[in-house]
Amino acid sequence: MSLPSVESLIEKLTQALTPYFSNPESQPLIVGIETGGVWIAEQLRQRIAPAAELGRLDISFYRDDFTRHGLHPTVKPSSLPTDIDDRCIVLVDDVLQSGRTVRAAMNEIFDYGRPSKILLAILIDRGQREIPVQADFVGTSLSLDSNSHIKLEGPEPLQLIVKTLDRHAE
Amino acid sequence: MPNSNLQLDDNGRLRHFLSIEGLDQAILTEILDTAKSFTSVADRPVKKVPILRGKTVANLFFEASTRTRSTFELAEQRLSADILSLNVDTSATAKGESLLDTLQNLEAMQIDMFVIRHQDSGSAHFFAQHVRPGVSVLNAGDGQHEHPTQAMLDMYTIRHYKKDFTGLRVAIVGDILHSRVARSQIHALNLLNTAEVRVIAPRTLMPVAVESLGVRVYDDLEQGLADVDVIIMLRLQRERMRGALLPSEKEYFRRFGLTQERLGRAHPDAIVMHPGPANRGVEIESSVMDGNQSVILQQVSFGISVRMAVMSMIVGQSGLQSGGDA
Repeated sequence: MSLPSVESLIEKLTQALTPYFSNPESQPLIVGIETGGVWIAEQLRQRIAPAAELGRLDISFYRDDFTRHGLHPTVKPSSLPTDIDDRCIVLVDDVLQSGRTVRAAMNEIFDYGRPSKILLAILIDRGQREIPVQADFVGTSLSLDSNSHIKLEGPEPLQLIVKTLDRHAE
Repeated sequence: MPNSNLQLDDNGRLRHFLSIEGLDQAILTEILDTAKSFTSVADRPVKKVPILRGKTVANLFFEASTRTRSTFELAEQRLSADILSLNVDTSATAKGESLLDTLQNLEAMQIDMFVIRHQDSGSAHFFAQHVRPGVSVLNAGDGQHEHPTQAMLDMYTIRHYKKDFTGLRVAIVGDILHSRVARSQIHALNLLNTAEVRVIAPRTLMPVAVESLGVRVYDDLEQGLADVDVIIMLRLQRERMRGALLPSEKEYFRRFGLTQERLGRAHPDAIVMHPGPANRGVEIESSVMDGNQSVILQQVSFGISVRMAVMSMIVGQSGLQSGGDA
């Protein structure tokens, strides 16, 4: 299948998000989810608010499948500005599927404070939700069968890769 | 000797944490890497992650402890566990209940993980042999056998300051005979390919055939400290001594106390460690303990992350990474 260019999807998200940054007094905070989400978030930050700081979340400690899958030994430290109370957060990830990563990210955000609002920006929405999570901004929606795995590779260049998982090989 | 493989499940993952002996370099390195990930949790506004949420951890300290017990408790709380800490003075064992009865009564309270310190060597293994499937045991020090989380926080401290073990000379100084910490450290240092491990002690405080553990033995502190990169001082364990092993504490300090002058024999960048509690003026001079080569307080902080790492590895048993869970 032919995949859209990452550049065109980032541009589409940039256009959609820019109006939210019109008030210099109350700028949203862009927060990427490690690892692919941070790459996209960094691109959006450069295009929309180059002077702003970027938040990063590694949600490994918050995963609901932790007891089944264990912990990757190198979890990157999450970093959010100390005060996120009453700020609007634009949460960014590369692929939205089950919605569990976004749920974990929101749990982690609320350990840092109480944002006024969280908006969700996603490069690829591939459906197959397992919990009721909806993106506010979507680069594109793709329907892939459940054996396919879509992944953003990067950071330079950013490109989308689709792999078909062989269930029997696992 | 109890079977050390009791610690591992069928996939070679940590199931209990009882001794460094019987583990391999890969698991030790995984503990250190995982601990590094947890250090950032202490910098968050809410110092808590939900990894042990809904799990109950019992801390059973049959022997006094300050640092180990409080850092275990903090580690458990930062992982969101519910915790139960039993004080030995008021517990049923003081009234004559057997260890096994204590264990079974606690199991009836649906405890998921036991952290145990006990004066008998092998007690943590004993517990691990008798717990129900799915219940884990962590050794917080058993007699003169091992104290594996202390050794791992010491390894973490060494790696933090020295990066790599392969070029290091490490000296462990003091009461090697009674020290479960030293035993665990020697195993860990050798598994991590430390270039040279030295033990320095009066002959009366040196275990028989200690060379077989893979160490160089010194009974002269100044010779032993020559050019070392790491000095680990041990506490003189008077409470475990039976008979006259030492003339006096003053005499001990005169020959084996770490003074500024003796520290000068080591590498100029050498770090000074002590598992605590330290006896100022007995095994270590006050000015060395408070000096700029001392990393003793950093060891305490690292202890929390290391204990979080071990507990999280035990709970997340399979260790597989999931794909596509977006």
